Amino acid sequence: MSEKKLAIIATKGSLDWAYPPFILASTAAALGYETEIFFTFYGLQLMRKDLNLQVTSLGNPAMPMPMPVPVFMQAIPGMQGMMTSMMKKKMKSKGVASVEELRELCIEAEVKMVACQMTVDLFEFDTKDFIDGLEYGGAATFFEFAGESDICLYI
Amino acid sequence: MANFDEELDATGLNCPLPILRAKKALGKLTTGQVLHIIATDPGSVKDFEAFAKQTGNELMESGEEGGKYSFLIKKG
Repeated sequence: MSEKKLAIIATKGSLDWAYPPFILASTAAALGYETEIFFTFYGLQLMRKDLNLQVTSLGNPAMPMPMPVPVFMQAIPGMQGMMTSMMKKKMKSKGVASVEELRELCIEAEVKMVACQMTVDLFEFDTKDFIDGLEYGGAATFFEFAGESDICLYI
Repeated sequence: MANFDEELDATGLNCPLPILRAKKALGKLTTGQVLHIIATDPGSVKDFEAFAKQTGNELMESGEEGGKYSFLIKKG
């Protein structure tokens, strides 16, 4: 069986949106895919050594809430932290892996992770804050792998 | 249920953890050995079928009893 390839672009840095790239990449690796994730813009937050990902219902009317909360109330200070801890608790109770755990599984499975150099420059990120083994490159670097891929996802 | 060489308890775990743990456990077995997996994730029934089909391992048995799903996978 020749190895299939999966290329993912991860552009989002919230707790909920951290899941799709890591779930798909780790599973693909388990199925024998050679997998690469290119992290750009807010996706770079998923590469921090210390993750502090948050979730918010603001601008997301589809998020299931335990009780209806008017939008202006969702914006008050502390709400985001509260929602994040409620979401994490719920995930744990349902046996959903933490983002940290899924990322570790991706690293173990040799999923290649590439960070967008332009984003690093744009937001003046310190690369020391990012995980070891992360490579840095641009759009052309992404296409080098993506051009050969069987599946390519923009998340 | 047929004999098995190794057992994996994936109860309480949700997608994609049962698959990832199974992949890891299979890695420690030799060809022809059998892994027994117990899971509670209802999605794992279809997922283990798909996993076996794509990885060349054989899903010998798949069953449910009292909310627990049980799978026998032979390493290919």
